[in-house]
Amino acid sequence: MADRKIRILVAKPGLDGHDRGAKVVARALRDAGFEVIYTGIRQTPAMIAEAALQEDVDVVGLSILSGAHMTLCPKVVDLLRGQGQDDVTVLVGGIIPDEDVAPLQAAGVQGVFGPGTSTQDIIEFIRTAVI
Amino acid sequence: MPKSLPPSQLIPRLLAGDRLALSRAISRVEDGGDNARELLAGVFPHTGRGHLIGITGAPGTGKSTLVTGLVQAYRAAGLTVAVLAVDPTSPFTGGALLGDRVRMSKLSGDAGVFVRSMATRGSLGGLAGATADALLLLDAAGYERILIETVGVGQAEVEIAGTAHTTVVVEAPGLGDEVQAIKAGVLEIADIFVVNKADRPGVERTVGALELMLHMADGTPRQLFHHGQLLEVAAAPLEDESDGWQVQVFKTVAASGGGIPEVMAEIERHRLWLAENGRLAARERLRMARSVEQIVQAELLRRLRAALPADSLAELVEEVAARSLDPYAAAEQILDRMG
Amino acid sequence: MAETVKTHNKLAALKRAWQDDSLAPVTRRFLERRQRFTTSSDTIEVETVYTPTEWPGDPDAAQAAAYTEKLGFPGDYPFTRGVQPNMYRGRLWTMRQYAGFGSAQESNQRYHYLIAQGQTGLSVAFDLPTQIGYDADHDFALGEVGKVGVSISSLADMRTLLAGIPLDKVSISMTINAPAAVLLAMVIAVAKETGVPVSQLRGTVQNDILKEYIARGTYIFPPGPSMRLITDMFRFCAAEVPKWNTISISGYHIREAGSTAVQEVAFTLANAVEYVQQAINAGLDVDRFADQLSFFFNAHNNFLEEVAKFRAARRLWAKIMRERFGAQKPQSWRLRFHTQTGGSTLTAQQPDNNVVRVTVQALSAVLGGTQSLHTNSRDEALALPTEKAVEIALRTQQILAYENGVGDVVDPLGGSYYIEWLTDEIERQAQAYIDRMDGMGGALRAVEEGFVQREIQEAAYQAQRAVESGEQLVVGVNRFQSDETAIPDLLRVDERVQTAQVDALARLRAERDDASVQSILARIRQSAAQPDAPLMPLFVEAVESEATLGEICDALRSVFGEYEPGNWV
Repeated sequence: MADRKIRILVAKPGLDGHDRGAKVVARALRDAGFEVIYTGIRQTPAMIAEAALQEDVDVVGLSILSGAHMTLCPKVVDLLRGQGQDDVTVLVGGIIPDEDVAPLQAAGVQGVFGPGTSTQDIIEFIRTAVI
Repeated sequence: MPKSLPPSQLIPRLLAGDRLALSRAISRVEDGGDNARELLAGVFPHTGRGHLIGITGAPGTGKSTLVTGLVQAYRAAGLTVAVLAVDPTSPFTGGALLGDRVRMSKLSGDAGVFVRSMATRGSLGGLAGATADALLLLDAAGYERILIETVGVGQAEVEIAGTAHTTVVVEAPGLGDEVQAIKAGVLEIADIFVVNKADRPGVERTVGALELMLHMADGTPRQLFHHGQLLEVAAAPLEDESDGWQVQVFKTVAASGGGIPEVMAEIERHRLWLAENGRLAARERLRMARSVEQIVQAELLRRLRAALPADSLAELVEEVAARSLDPYAAAEQILDRMG
Repeated sequence: MAETVKTHNKLAALKRAWQDDSLAPVTRRFLERRQRFTTSSDTIEVETVYTPTEWPGDPDAAQAAAYTEKLGFPGDYPFTRGVQPNMYRGRLWTMRQYAGFGSAQESNQRYHYLIAQGQTGLSVAFDLPTQIGYDADHDFALGEVGKVGVSISSLADMRTLLAGIPLDKVSISMTINAPAAVLLAMVIAVAKETGVPVSQLRGTVQNDILKEYIARGTYIFPPGPSMRLITDMFRFCAAEVPKWNTISISGYHIREAGSTAVQEVAFTLANAVEYVQQAINAGLDVDRFADQLSFFFNAHNNFLEEVAKFRAARRLWAKIMRERFGAQKPQSWRLRFHTQTGGSTLTAQQPDNNVVRVTVQALSAVLGGTQSLHTNSRDEALALPTEKAVEIALRTQQILAYENGVGDVVDPLGGSYYIEWLTDEIERQAQAYIDRMDGMGGALRAVEEGFVQREIQEAAYQAQRAVESGEQLVVGVNRFQSDETAIPDLLRVDERVQTAQVDALARLRAERDDASVQSILARIRQSAAQPDAPLMPLFVEAVESEATLGEICDALRSVFGEYEPGNWV
C-alpha cells in the first residue's frame, strides 16, 4: 500500500449551525495531508453513518456545540458498528463538559476534544489511532 | 468488515451489491495496493452495463446541485445511480478537502444511490487511472447511471470525454464576461450544454454566446478526444458525420429543479443515439484504448523508476541544467539503462 | 490668524447651538441621572461632552471642519460620538442578559430572577428546534429540546414563558430568525390576552436571515421567500407594532464565526443595505421603517479597536442611510445597537479569567456607545451559565454603570489621535468591502456565491494558526497554563424536558379544534403562494387557533421550499 491515504469524515450532527470549528479543523486536516470529506451541518446520525460507509473513511470527526452530544455520538457509533465499520475511529469536538468524557469513551468515542484544543493535537491523535 | 479482506472475498460481495465492499474496493484501487489489479480483473467481466455521464464546469456553476437534481430524476425513473465527485488534491500538502456532499444531503437514505468523493491525488488534470478504475467498480456493482463530476476548467474537462459516454458541460450566467467554454476548448467535448442558474440576469447572453459558438462550429467534424499516440486504434474517428449529434443548450435552475427533466431526457436521447449504428462500440473502443494506454504509461514509468538508482535522474537533470547534456540525450540514457 | 480665531468661534458657537437645540430639549424632558456630574474629586465637574474647543489653543480651520464633518456632536449626524445628545447621563444602557433553557416554566423563573436582580430588559434564547421551526416532537429535535434555549412549540408555551412579565414595561428581545414572524405572532397573541395594547409592545426579533446563511445556520427557507417574510414584518410592524424593532442586523455571529473587526462592520452593514433595498423595492418608504432597524455587535478582545469599530459603524451607517438611501429623518440615520461580549474569547481553561475578559470587552461596548449589553458568564465555554455565573456577569455591568463613572461623559475617547485614526481606517476598509459586494450585485448575491463565507473562513483559519503558532497568546490556553480542576456545578438541562414537551404537544393536538387549525394552515399556504399577500395577520390567527410553530413552518416549507447550503470550505 504505497499510497495509502487516511480519509476523514468531518460532520456536524444535530441542528447546531456553528461550523467555525468544524471547518477550521477540516482545513487543518487537509493541510496535514489527509483527505477530508466535509458533510456540512444538520446531519442525522443515519446520514453520517451512510456517508462514512460510502466514503470508506478511517475516521469520523463530529462537531457538536449544542449539548446534544450524549444523545447523538453513541448513535453514530452504533450505526457504524452495525454496518460493519468496526475499525472506524470516532472523535468528537466541541463544548463537552469533563464529566461527559468517560461515558462518551465507554460508548465507543475514542477521542474527545474540548474548547481550546490545538488542531495539532487532533492531527497527532489521528496519526496514532489510524495505523 | 476487516480492511484487509482479500479480493477473492471482496469481489463476490461487491457483485452482490454489498455497499461497504464496494466502498472498500474503491479505496483499494485508489491506494493502488498490491491487490488492486486482482480486484479489477475480478470485476472487469461484469462491467460495461452502466452509462457514464460526465458533468463538468467552472466553480460556481452549480454542478453539485445539478448532479443532485439529475440523481433524483433518475431515481424517480427507477434507475440506480452512482456519483463520483472528483476534487483536486492540494499540490502542497497532498491533502484534499472534499465538500460536494454538502450539496447532496438530500440524496441520503436511498439505497439506490451511492455517492463517493475522490481526490485527484497525484494524477494531473483531475481524471485519470484511479478514477477510471473506480468507475469500473461502480459499474460492476450494478449502478445503471454513473455521474462523474469534475471541477475546474481545462484539462480535467477534456479528459472526461475520454472517460464518459455522455459529457455535459455546465455554464452559468455572470461568471465573467466571456463564456468559460471558449478558452477551455470544451466545445469539442460537450454532448450537451447546460446553462444553470437560469433565473439570473444575463442568462440569455450566455445561452446566445454558446449557441453562436455551436453554430460557427457547425459542419466541423467533432472528434472524440484522444491525445495519446501509442495505440493507433484509438485514432478511429467518428464515422458518418452527416448523422452527427446536434449539441444543444439547455437552461436549468437546479436549485429548484427547473429544467432537470429535460436534461435527463437529453442524456438518455444521447445514450440511445450512441447505441445506434455501433457508435457506442466506437466510443468504448476509444475508452478502452485510452485506458490501456494510461496503464502502459503508468507501468512504464513505474518500471523505469524501479530500474534506475534513486539519484541517477537527479544527476542527469543537473547535467541538463548545466547545459552539458541535452534533454533528448538525457532521456535516451534513461531509456537505455532500463534495458 | 484672524481667520483661525473666527473658526474657533464658529466651533464654540456650534457647540452652544447644539447645547441649546439638541441637548437642552432632552435634559428638560428627561431628568439626567444626576443633577451634577463630577469625577471622584467633587471639585471637578464634568460636562456632557468634550470637543476641540476645550483644547488649549485654537483649532485651525481645517481641524474645525474635520471635527464637524467626521465627529459632530452626540446625537447629531454622523453620530460618530453617539446616537443621543447626553447618552448615559440620561439613561444607562439596557442590561439585557440572553437567557433561556429547558422548559418555558424554568426560563420564566430565570427571567423573574434576573429582573429581581436589576436587569432592565429580557433576552430570550430559544432551543434549536424552535429556531429552525420544528416542534419538540419532531424527529430532528431529538437530543436538542431545551438545550441551547427554551423550547417553544405553541402559544401555550409562550404564555408560560411570559407569565407575570409586564409586557408594556419590559422590552422583550428574541433571538429568533427564520420563524421570527411566528414567534412575534405568539407575543402579540399573549399581549392581546393580557390586555396590553399591541402598539405598546417593545422588543426586538433578530430576524436577520442573511447572517444565518453566513454564520449561524438556523435558516429554513431559500433567500427569496425569507426576504419576503422580513419585508412583510417591516410593513406589518410599521403599522401595528411601531415600538418593536423588526430586525437586529447582527455582526455578532459573523465575528464569532471568525471574522475580523473590519469584516464584522462590513458584512453587517452590507446585509443591512440589502434589507433596506429589498424593503424599498417592495414599495416601503425608507423613513417609515428605518427607525425600527437595530443592530447587534460583538465586543471582542482588542479593546481600542472595538471602541473604534462601534464608532466607525455608526458613522458609516449614517452616511449610507442619508446619502445612499436618501432617508430624511434623523432617526433613520441612527445606528442603535446591542452588544454581547465575544463568546469565542472565553476559555474553558482557568475559567475565572473570563470574568476579566468580559469586563474589558464590556467596557469597550460602553465607551463605544452601545444601547444595550449582554455580558457573558465565566462558565459559558463549557455550558449554559448557572444562576451564580449569570449573577457575576450582571454585576460586572452594574459595576461599570454605577462605580466607574465611564457613563458620565459622552464618548470620552473621542479625539484620541489613535482612536480617531482607527475609526477612519475601519470605516475605510469596511466601505471597500461594501463597494466590492455592491459590484457583485449586493450582499444577498455575495452570500449565495459564498464570498462572505469564504472571507470569514479564511480569517478564522488564520486566527487559529496564529494561536497555534504562539503568535497570538491566549492566557491559560497556549501560555501561562496551570493545573486546575474543572468548574463544578455546570448547568445541565434535564433530558425530561423533551419528554414533557412531547406529552404536552400530544395533549394539545388531541384537545384543540383541528378543523380550524387545518383551515388556517390552508390559508397560509394559499397566501404564501401569492407573491405579495400579507402573512403576519395570518400567523397571529394561526397561533391563536393553537396551530403549532412546526405546523405553520411546514405550511410555509411546502410552498417556499428549503434553503440548500453550499460547500464553501
